[in-house]
Amino acid sequence: MLEIDGLTARYGRAQILNGVSLTLGDNEVVALLGRNGAGKSTTMKSVMGLVRQTGGSIRHDGQEIRGRASHTICRAGIGYVPEDRRIFGELTVEENLEVGRRPAREGAPQWTTEHLFQLFPNLAERRRNLGKQLSGGEQQMLTIARTLMGNPSLVLLDEPSEGIAPVIVEQMANVISELKREGLSVLISEQNLHFAREVSDRAYIIEKGTMRYEGKFSDLDANPEISTKYLAV
Amino acid sequence: MGFYLAQLLTGLANASSLFLIASGLSIIFGVTRIVNFAHGSFYMLGAYLAYTLVTTLQGGIPGYWFSVLAAAVLVGGIGLVVEMTILRRIYRAPELFQLVATFGVVLIVQDATLAIWGAEDLLGPRAPGLDRAVRLMGEPIPEYDLALIAIGPAVLAAIWLVFHRTRWGILVRAATQDREMVGALGVNQAWLFSAAFVLGSALAGLGGALQIPREAVSLQMDLSIIGEAFVVVVIGGMGSVTGAFVAAVLISVLNAFAILIFPQISIVLPFVVMAAVLIVRPYGLFGRPGSEHGGTEEPEQPLRLLDQRSTMVLLALVAMLAFSPAVVSDFTTILLVDVMVATLFAVSLHFMMGVGGMVSFGHAAYFGVGAYAAAMAVKVLGWGMLPAMALGPVAAALAALFFGWFCVRLSGVYLAMLTMAAAQILWGVTFQWQDVTGGDDGILGVWPDEWASSDRVYFYLALVLCLGGIWLLRRVAHSPFGYTLRGVRDSRIRAEAIGIDTRFHQWMGFTLAGTLAGLAGVVFVFSKGSVFPDALSIGHSIDGLIMVLLGGIHALAGPVYGAMAMVLIEDWVSRLDYWRFIFGGIILTVVLLAPDGLAGGVRRLIQLVRRDAA
Ligand SMILES: Nc1ncnc2c1ncn2[C@@H]1O[C@H](COP(=O)(O)OP(=O)(O)OP(=O)(O)O)[C@@H](O)[C@H]1O
Ligand SMILES: [Mg+2]
Repeated sequence: MLEIDGLTARYGRAQILNGVSLTLGDNEVVALLGRNGAGKSTTMKSVMGLVRQTGGSIRHDGQEIRGRASHTICRAGIGYVPEDRRIFGELTVEENLEVGRRPAREGAPQWTTEHLFQLFPNLAERRRNLGKQLSGGEQQMLTIARTLMGNPSLVLLDEPSEGIAPVIVEQMANVISELKREGLSVLISEQNLHFAREVSDRAYIIEKGTMRYEGKFSDLDANPEISTKYLAV
Repeated sequence: MGFYLAQLLTGLANASSLFLIASGLSIIFGVTRIVNFAHGSFYMLGAYLAYTLVTTLQGGIPGYWFSVLAAAVLVGGIGLVVEMTILRRIYRAPELFQLVATFGVVLIVQDATLAIWGAEDLLGPRAPGLDRAVRLMGEPIPEYDLALIAIGPAVLAAIWLVFHRTRWGILVRAATQDREMVGALGVNQAWLFSAAFVLGSALAGLGGALQIPREAVSLQMDLSIIGEAFVVVVIGGMGSVTGAFVAAVLISVLNAFAILIFPQISIVLPFVVMAAVLIVRPYGLFGRPGSEHGGTEEPEQPLRLLDQRSTMVLLALVAMLAFSPAVVSDFTTILLVDVMVATLFAVSLHFMMGVGGMVSFGHAAYFGVGAYAAAMAVKVLGWGMLPAMALGPVAAALAALFFGWFCVRLSGVYLAMLTMAAAQILWGVTFQWQDVTGGDDGILGVWPDEWASSDRVYFYLALVLCLGGIWLLRRVAHSPFGYTLRGVRDSRIRAEAIGIDTRFHQWMGFTLAGTLAGLAGVVFVFSKGSVFPDALSIGHSIDGLIMVLLGGIHALAGPVYGAMAMVLIEDWVSRLDYWRFIFGGIILTVVLLAPDGLAGGVRRLIQLVRRDAA
């Protein structure tokens, strides 16, 4: 589904990623773990074509997508949920969803507004409210729903559990399971090990722009020194 | 009573035309972030096209309205061509580059219009069916004004419907907030931008077309409207169409009544209102701070101190310059003084923009204040040249201190607009205050003292003053103050976090840049022997911007290259017919071929040659 190989990225003169490699299989949920500033978001933005100075290769369904414009990457079936949500505050919930709407794509589940309102009942109640009037948790749901409107087959979820209430985190975990059931592949970036373990099949650990670990959560739990070294604060 | 009603209705009719232009400008800015100086040109083209269509069709009422709409559509098409051939290629360049490109379009459109329609003002026909006046409370009101009063809100309603009821409109509103995110959601921004540009230019064209029964169609229409249109957009909040409507009504109605009390006010009133609004609401009445995402600019490259070899080259250049009067003609000597004046002016603007991170659309104000202060010291106070030369920069410093205090409270485009307002106010005062400044006639006969009156001696005086000024700015740029200022430019939040008074530093940077622009003005006035309000005009401020941006904002040598190129090109082409066309073409060529400016272009050329040689 997604193969990243030797990805490098820089902001101006600062080299942020030094050869990141990662693969994500069909219908797999994989966690990308790492501390603050490790390069998780930069990895996702690079896949999405939002960081311009990149090297290495990013293949999606066997096709090289590095260097392509971000709208074509989205149209190829990659959905992106940014960490700071970036909902359109001056648009209503329904209008936010409209911005994300794309035609149906073969081999990916098709989402409708009604279906998404079932998945996120809070949003249904607030469909005519402006984005900026929503709570943090509601905004997080809205960004996910907005991305799903593009009928992606792969979703990049950047820190979905950050800064929201524990009840909503639980709801978020259900949503991710639902996405897997629908046949989607998901890459989640997380600092919350507990949440990541609950929803994903495998994990990668990134530190200072370099991959440090790849494997199952069971192995990670068996070797607590790894998480102490790369994740603990 | 009836008289006041008539005045109010005139104000509202003016508001409608102003709104049409400003709404287009606001939409274009909101989506593409382009400050489109060519918007006035689209307005002018709308008027000319409508004139031609109406007079050739002669089709009565349907013919008139068909012509108006057709002119708007045609101008939309011209907007599409401009967007696709020029602007689309440079969306990733720094925002100001696009501004310079649109100014190139202004110049080209001016000469193209001159070539097609001639220099004579054209008097359009009255609108058929609306060519009389109705009496309201005893006062005659033109029917056409009443029609315009209805058209403004109708267009506002139409735009509102498009923006809220169509997918395209929703995308435009989303892109106004965060265009990068809209792209990540699969929307091809290029087409969204083109469409916004077409709609915006068509609205400008419509505004111009509807104007033909009210004013003569002339080549001055473009720049006469653009300042006011910017003001309306800024007061309303950039990107807000409703804001543009409210602001247009506010300005026009205020103006309709203010001229009853103080007839000279119309030139400065919009700018005074804008300054007042921006101080209370830094993003305009309906504006919001833009998203921090979606900026396309690369992070600023640090300015480097010159290495040894560049220092040698520079010293050699200065030495060549110093010995040049011995070899070249007097005429060239005078031209070289022009180059030095332009260079100091450009370097002072570069200090403010490149080091201070404050873009100015009104830097010529301080140049002009310096020049006028010196000229008035000679003419009114009877001072000698040297004391007058000392007074100029002091006056410029005081003006910069005063206006800078307001400007540094804002940032980005809003700051730039406030500097333009300040310049426009000073220009208006100079222009109107006939008794003291001579108004349009300027101040004549400001010559150097006897000892400095030969071209050669004055050349050396200019050399010392200009090089001294440039040297001072360079020193300051690399002093602790300069580093702090750059820190503020790169991250205001971080600078504030470590306890720096960011506003104070910017204020002082603003003042220093203004002072040295004043010095350039002083050298200028004694070399020309006269000064006119032009020295403070927006046009002159834009010259400064072009010099800095064409030279390249990231390089220390940028403004030097830019000023040299500008003066020499101007000296060469302004003797030709259609020089604006040529000059605009040169600007566009540089913008498209060397988006990092001449300095960057030269650097890349050298690299290319080296690589080939290796
Ligand atoms: N726009 C930018 N310009 C310059 N540097 C940046 C920019 N964005 C991020 N960085 C730097 O890049 C590094 C990696 O950032 P990134 O956002 O990828 O980290 P992250 O793993 O997502 O961290 P977090 O958990 O805080 O979200 C950080 O050191 C950060 O300071
Ligand atoms: Mg992050």
